[in-house]
Amino acid sequence: MLDQEQGYVTADGRQIGGTVMDMRNITLRFGGVTAIKDISFDIREGEIRAIIGPNGAGKSSMLNVISGFYVPQEGQVYFRGEKRAPMRPYEVARQGIARTFQNIALFEGMSVLDNVMTGRLTQMKAGILSQALWRGKAEKEEVENREICEKVIDFLEIQHIRKTPVARLPYGLKKRVELARALASEPKLLLLDEPMAGMNVEEKEDMSRFILDVNDEFGTTIALIEHDMGVVMDLSDRVVVMDYGRKIGDGTPEEVRNNQEVIDAYLGVSHD
Amino acid sequence: MFYREAGDFKTSYQDDNQTFPIKFDRYRYYFMLFVAFAIIPFMINDYWVNAVFLPFLIYAIAAIGLNILTGYCGQVSLGTGGFMAVGAYAVYKLMTMFPEVSVLIHIVLAGVITAGVGVLFGLPSLRIKGFYLAVATLAAQFFLVWLFNRVPWFYNYSASGQISAPERTFLGEPITGPATEAWAAYLVCLVFVTLSAIVARNLTRGSLGRKWMAIRDMDIAAEIIGVNPLGAKLSAFAISSFFVGLSGALFFAVYLGAVEVGEVFGINKSFLVLFMIIIGGLGSIFGSFAGAAFLVLLPVFLKNVLVGGLGWPTDLAAHLEFMIVGGLIIVFLIAEPHGLAQLWRVTKEKLRLWPFPH
Repeated sequence: MLDQEQGYVTADGRQIGGTVMDMRNITLRFGGVTAIKDISFDIREGEIRAIIGPNGAGKSSMLNVISGFYVPQEGQVYFRGEKRAPMRPYEVARQGIARTFQNIALFEGMSVLDNVMTGRLTQMKAGILSQALWRGKAEKEEVENREICEKVIDFLEIQHIRKTPVARLPYGLKKRVELARALASEPKLLLLDEPMAGMNVEEKEDMSRFILDVNDEFGTTIALIEHDMGVVMDLSDRVVVMDYGRKIGDGTPEEVRNNQEVIDAYLGVSHD
Repeated sequence: MFYREAGDFKTSYQDDNQTFPIKFDRYRYYFMLFVAFAIIPFMINDYWVNAVFLPFLIYAIAAIGLNILTGYCGQVSLGTGGFMAVGAYAVYKLMTMFPEVSVLIHIVLAGVITAGVGVLFGLPSLRIKGFYLAVATLAAQFFLVWLFNRVPWFYNYSASGQISAPERTFLGEPITGPATEAWAAYLVCLVFVTLSAIVARNLTRGSLGRKWMAIRDMDIAAEIIGVNPLGAKLSAFAISSFFVGLSGALFFAVYLGAVEVGEVFGINKSFLVLFMIIIGGLGSIFGSFAGAAFLVLLPVFLKNVLVGGLGWPTDLAAHLEFMIVGGLIIVFLIAEPHGLAQLWRVTKEKLRLWPFPH
């Protein structure tokens, strides 16, 4: 089913392309603690890839390695076929990797629109003089990027709160605005750190729908961490399972569900 | 009643992006500009210019500068006085070294020089935040004042250690030095204030402003969406210092004419401008004006009422003034931490519905 060059076809018939992100033998240590031990996996063009595991398994650390917060002691990260040198998070962002956070990291003092517009900052190149006079490139750029942001705002159905300060919004909407900000940058790879944490069933359904729609309409490659097993199994094409910093399973939801090691990690195992 | 957005439809993003999207606001702004440029210059005398208008206008520029750094980019600075001194001494050196060049160019260049100095003292902000950064900028304040006191080259080896502005003209009209007419000084400052406010507004509503605000609100998230913290913080320091330098240059060249650095640009100045933006409103250009107006007008007002109106002795009035200003600052911090700009915003929200709130 899995072909290194050709990609594969998912259960619901979507064609998945070649490798976008390839993590090879990643090891990450904090002092004496080894957060990630020799993990390899890949993320392919157009797929929804989930990383799951019990608390403290190293999932968020993994995401932080991908987005450049942590530099692994061992192993290589390949993005779109090229080996990535250790770089700062903002350089990673400029390569086309966007992410959301487990506990929302929006800019509370700015309006929803301004928050979404920050997603376009990597594309805005007007010089300081043009900006100071609000003439030429700065003005043109502002309008062009506004159009892209408005599309995302329409898509995520947050038009009505466009000009509201983010601090005034309820939790569920903030999560959606954060997704909008990440989407506005038109990422090649979108990382979602627990997009459904702390939501009720209805909000989870909304969010799942948005994630599927994003993948479907923009063809965005998505890697997500999630605790809600039902959601993970429904949404994702392939799942990596981590436990104590090791990879204990990798495959389609069906394969992972029947993996003995995974079952042991989640349900516990008797030591006799 | 007047303050309505109903029926004022925006059909393009340009329209939606303008500074005053509401028609009434826009006309009020044009009206203010008209009054400031075409009416006030004919009505003012020396007292009004020196006691009210010049300090208000010049402090407004300084407050805009500090607001960009502190209100928009979230980097607390206590070095404003020191940076104003840089502007003042830069314009003094330029005026005496190149007397044939227009003083207006010197004032702008003084801002540019201050921007460079600001970037230098902004470098620690990459490593330290909050209170610790405030202390680092405090070091800038004391160091700069010490430097201008101790190195005679800066004050051209004058015996008194003071600097005094030579007379310079623009279109034949003196704008610095003792022969300056009140209205000329006023107009020079007004032009600089207007341009500063427009430039500051444009910068803060564009991509640079979003970078600053992103750093202010959450620096980690800012970095993850592609903002280089080094670039954002240093550009805030540069542009903030540019405006502060402008105000320092105007303060010396146009307003005071003669300056002794420790007295005029001491730590008090830094705190005064900081109070202005706190009372006026952090992260608001209008707030910079409101704060400057408040802290310039209040002492004048109190003095006129207490000494002029009630006939109290001057020293008693001066002491009372300290207490009242101090008390008001505390009241503001407790009752309206977002300053006069927020009060104004709330008023506008209410005006939108007035007189039929339902």
